[in-house]
Amino acid sequence: MLKMRIIPCLDVKDGRVVKGVNFVDLVDAGDPVEQAQLYDAAGADELCFLDITASHEDRAILYDAVRRTAEHAFIPLTVGGGVRQVEDIRRLLLAGADKVSINTAAVQRPDFVREAAEKFGTQCIVVAVDAKQVEPGKWEVFTHGGRKATGIDAVGWCRRMAVLGAGEILLTSMDRDGTGDGFDIGLTRAVADAVPVPVIASGGVGTLDHLVEGIRDGHATGVLAASIFHFGTFSVAEAKRRMADAGIPMRGLE
Amino acid sequence: MPAPPTVAIVDYGSGNLRSAAKAFERAAREAGRAVTVEVTGEPERVRRAERVVLPGVGAFGDCRAGLAALPGMTATLEEVAIGAGRPFLGICVGMQLMASVGREHGDHPGFGWIPGEVTALSPADPMLKVPHMGWNDLTVLDAGHPVLAGLADGADVYFVHSYRMVPADPAHILATADYGGPVPAVVGRDNLIGTQFHPEKSQAAGLRLISNFLEWRP
Repeated sequence: MLKMRIIPCLDVKDGRVVKGVNFVDLVDAGDPVEQAQLYDAAGADELCFLDITASHEDRAILYDAVRRTAEHAFIPLTVGGGVRQVEDIRRLLLAGADKVSINTAAVQRPDFVREAAEKFGTQCIVVAVDAKQVEPGKWEVFTHGGRKATGIDAVGWCRRMAVLGAGEILLTSMDRDGTGDGFDIGLTRAVADAVPVPVIASGGVGTLDHLVEGIRDGHATGVLAASIFHFGTFSVAEAKRRMADAGIPMRGLE
Repeated sequence: MPAPPTVAIVDYGSGNLRSAAKAFERAAREAGRAVTVEVTGEPERVRRAERVVLPGVGAFGDCRAGLAALPGMTATLEEVAIGAGRPFLGICVGMQLMASVGREHGDHPGFGWIPGEVTALSPADPMLKVPHMGWNDLTVLDAGHPVLAGLADGADVYFVHSYRMVPADPAHILATADYGGPVPAVVGRDNLIGTQFHPEKSQAAGLRLISNFLEWRP
C-alpha cells in the first residue's frame, strides 16, 4: 500500500534555512545540508528546498547546497523558487534535485510547464500554487510570495497544470501559511478531488492533528511542514506515529 | 595490484546521476567492497565494466532516443548484458527498456530482453493518483534471489512512475507493490534485474539492494 508522505520544507535564503510567519520576520534555523541529513535520518519521506529570494540573488549558492545535499541524503529532494526557464530546471536536476517546482513562471507562461514536462518528464515537474480564499468555496491564485493577485481560479488552474504536465501539485494556502491554524482543508480537498495527480498540502501546520486532517479530510497524499519540525516542536517520528494512529498508512514505523 | 572492478552507470542525458553514483559508492563502502563507480556515456567504458546500471527517467520513447543518440551504446548494452552475461540493473525507465515494447506516447520498441510490454497505470480506484508517487512496500515473490536478500516483505521503497512493465512470463516478476492491484516492482531473469522503484532514493532498503547487486554473481 502506498504510504502518505511527510515532507519537511526548508525555506532557503543565501544558502541558509529560514522560515517566517506570513513570509516576514525571517528567523535563521540552520544549514540546509545538515538539516537535510538530520531529516533523512529522522525518517522524512522527502525534502523540499524553497529558495525564497532566488529571483534576485546569486543562484550559485543554491546549486552548491543542492549538490551537497543530494550527495548525503538518499531520499527525494524537490527544489523550487525562482525557476523561470528550462535552463534553471536543467541546472537544478544536474545539481541533484529529483523534482523542481514551478510557481510564478507557470502563471506568466503556462506553456512553460508543458515544455518542462516534455523535456524532463512529468515525474520531476511540480507546480506550486499559492492560493487565497476570495469567497466561500472559491480560491484565487497568487504569485510573488502571495503579494500579487492573478484573478485565476485555483481549482481550475490546478486542473489545467495537471493537463499540461505537472506530475504533482504543491498547494499552499496563503491565508494559513505561518499561522499554525492548520491547512485550509476546503481548498486542499477541492483541488485534490479535481486533479488526477498527487497533491501536497502546505501552509498552516501547527499541530500533529493538522497533518492528519490534510490527508484524511483534505485528500492530499503528502503534507508539507516547516516550523513545527525545524524548531523541534514535534519530531518526524511523532508525526508519523500520530498519523498511523489515525489510520493513515505511514512508512518506517516499528 | 589490479584496479578495482568498475560499475558503469550509463549516462545518456536522462536526469541527474550524481546522487545515484553516490548511493552506489556508499553501498560499496558499507559492504566493504572496493568498486569504482563510473558515470559514463562511452560504450568502450561500458564494455570494460564488471557490471552495468541503466537508469532512466521521463518518457520511454525519449529514453530510447537518448540511448540511440550515443553511437554504439545500444549494441554495447546488448553485448555486455546478453552476450557476455554481466550483471545488469535497470532502474525505473531503465528497467522498462528491457521489455519488448513501450506504449507511452505511441509504441516504441524496447530491448526485448524480458518479453512483455510497458502500459499505463490505470488504478480503478479514483482516489489512487497517477503518477504512483511515494513509498510503497514490496511483496517479494522470489525470496531466494540474491539481489533481494534482506528485503523482507514490507520493505518500503520509493516509486515515481505512470507506466508499468507487464512481463509476458509471470516468472519474470520477482516482486510487486500494491497500487490498485499488484504492480511489478522488480523484474528479472538470469543476469538481468530491474527495479521500477528508485533504490538510490530508498534509504536503507535501497542501499541494501544496491550492495546486493554489487555482490551478485549470476
